[in-house]
Amino acid sequence: MQMSATQPSSEIAYNSPMKILVIEDDREAADYLQKAFTEAGHTAHVAGDGETGFALADAGDYDVMVIDRMMPRRDGLSVIAGLRSRGNTTPVLILSALGEVDDRVTGLRAGGDDYLTKPYAFSELLARVEVLNRRASAKEAETVYRVGDLELDRLSHSVRRAAREITLQPREFRLLEYLMRHAGQVVTRTMLLENVWDYHFDPQTNVIDVHVSRLRGKIEKGFDKPILHTVRGAGYMLKSG
Amino acid sequence: MALSVPAIMKTTAARLSALYLLLFALCAVALVFYMTSLSARMLTAQTQDTINDEVLGLARAYQRGGLPVLVRVVEARSRQPGANLYLIADANGQILTGNVQSLEPGVLETEGWTNSPFSYQRFGEGELERQRNLPADQSTTQSEQNEAQAQGEKGHNAIALVLRLPNQMIMLVGRDLGEPERFRAVIRRALMLALGMMGLGGLLIWFFVGRAALKRIDSVSEASRRIMGGDLSGRLPVTGAGDEFDRLSENLNTMLARIAKLNEGLKQVSDNIAHDLKTPLTRLRNRAEATLSGKHKTTDYRQALEGTIAESDQLIKTFNAILMISRLEAGYSSENTNRVDLAEAVRDVVELYEPVAEEAGVSLETELREAAFVNGNRELIGQALSNIVDNAIKYSTDATAQPAVRVAVERVGTEVRLSVVDNGHGIPDDGDRARATERFVRLEKSRSQPGSGLGLSLAKAVMTFHNGRLDLLPGNPGLSVVMSFPSREDH
Repeated sequence: MQMSATQPSSEIAYNSPMKILVIEDDREAADYLQKAFTEAGHTAHVAGDGETGFALADAGDYDVMVIDRMMPRRDGLSVIAGLRSRGNTTPVLILSALGEVDDRVTGLRAGGDDYLTKPYAFSELLARVEVLNRRASAKEAETVYRVGDLELDRLSHSVRRAAREITLQPREFRLLEYLMRHAGQVVTRTMLLENVWDYHFDPQTNVIDVHVSRLRGKIEKGFDKPILHTVRGAGYMLKSG
Repeated sequence: MALSVPAIMKTTAARLSALYLLLFALCAVALVFYMTSLSARMLTAQTQDTINDEVLGLARAYQRGGLPVLVRVVEARSRQPGANLYLIADANGQILTGNVQSLEPGVLETEGWTNSPFSYQRFGEGELERQRNLPADQSTTQSEQNEAQAQGEKGHNAIALVLRLPNQMIMLVGRDLGEPERFRAVIRRALMLALGMMGLGGLLIWFFVGRAALKRIDSVSEASRRIMGGDLSGRLPVTGAGDEFDRLSENLNTMLARIAKLNEGLKQVSDNIAHDLKTPLTRLRNRAEATLSGKHKTTDYRQALEGTIAESDQLIKTFNAILMISRLEAGYSSENTNRVDLAEAVRDVVELYEPVAEEAGVSLETELREAAFVNGNRELIGQALSNIVDNAIKYSTDATAQPAVRVAVERVGTEVRLSVVDNGHGIPDDGDRARATERFVRLEKSRSQPGSGLGLSLAKAVMTFHNGRLDLLPGNPGLSVVMSFPSREDH
């Protein structure tokens, strides 16, 4: 397996450190993930097969688990189903070489929270794992999101910055809503395409960039400080200051 | 077809014939034995009745004149031809009169019916009897002669009633069992004959029926061997009789067609991988090698690595597209097809591409009159449509007039047609238009544009998956790409 790793740029302030469990039978890939997660400021434990992984996950208190789908002794989906049936609600990201629509649906139905097809970029995996972190995802219930002087009201569908009303198209509103829900976290283009447009394919042209730059124009034009940042080689991040 | 015995037994027809033969033979043997024993029992009962009558007559004689009259009557009856067995003995079992010369020991000791047939010898029998038998029975079979010989040596078999007279003397009245024995022999002969006939019948059935079936199967297996030998275009023979063999051949032929199609897909994938993935992989390798050799600044390494990553990402994309196309074309079945509104799908994709079109100065318009439902997969339709719209935007930029792309959905008969029309230069040549959906085909004019050459192939595969068509038509000017779906019946 080949993995393209983009060293996360140092300017990004990552969220609170997480305790991550990696269940992956490919020794080299698992070691690489452990090292990369550690460099990003998190703690990662590695299990080399499904049984060990299940035991570790059942005993330990992890923030996120990264589980390979195809493993010896016990496959990933069975591990997830087993954990879910025991009341374990830790968010799970499934790694798989199987990338068809059906495979993704099966994976999510088994109790996975996100699905990433191999080969992947580490920056993509890291961004998704940080978004999955259960401690950071408490915003779901809030009706008003605030990032710096930017404010988004989910009920009245209104957006204002520094008390100035900003008019957005419905899709732009959903795009901003997603970015604000994960403010301070890196959000990749694929994540946006999946969550805002509900598409799981790679468009030939990078259509997302154009959408984001349009949104950026609306929320930054006429204001001094940039708020929607581009993270090189990874994606975007909404952050004040 | 010269087959040795073990080879014959390897054919199903012969094995079945043998099995049936065995079963019939067992049934026949059981039936014959049952009937024989039943008849034998009936004959024995008849014999016993006759003996009882005799005894009654003798008892009357005894009553009339006591022992002397009885003895006289017995002697008289003994001498009659084909007489029953008569014997009077003293209390110790010493034979006094009658036509029995000797008996199996112990027969006279118990009164009443003898438990089982016993052997005896008449007066005037033995050597003489046997010699008389030999020339007389020329017509009888060898086995019967043997039987008669064996019988002659140990005497005849008979059953008898043993009585004790009031003066303690013993009287025996019996009847020879020669008749039932002969009856058995007849039955046995019939049985042998029947078994022989069955054997012959089985052989004939195998020869005419089994061998015909065998020939058909042989032709099927020979055709399969030819196909296994690599000739995937070969098909099994169908005689047109519409029987089981034809149905089997037809089903196997359908299966072969499917396998051939899958095989063709696999071959194309490997060809594509060889041809179109090796080139960028080589480029990737060369770049890494060039960066390693010679002295460079850190920024150069960084740049080279970033280029490597970008190129690998492109490779992964291409690889995924190839895999997806082959799976769709091989008839990859998805559970995830349901009611999809094409108008909705168009709105989504157009909304996704609208900023790109605007940036490129292309006007992107839609013409949607009503909801148009088809059976399909939103994700796949979205991907195919976005590839087509992407192309249309790219190729309309060279239009002489204001570049425009129009996406329309209309119902034509039992079809729902989704068309994407641009006003660029299009593909004037018919042959080029036909080739445009083939994998990795990039027409001369498009070489300057970025792209893998897989966009339209993928769209075509998606349409195959949806039991539809992808047509490229001249757009006057430009190109019109039409996706035709079969419409849902419950619309």
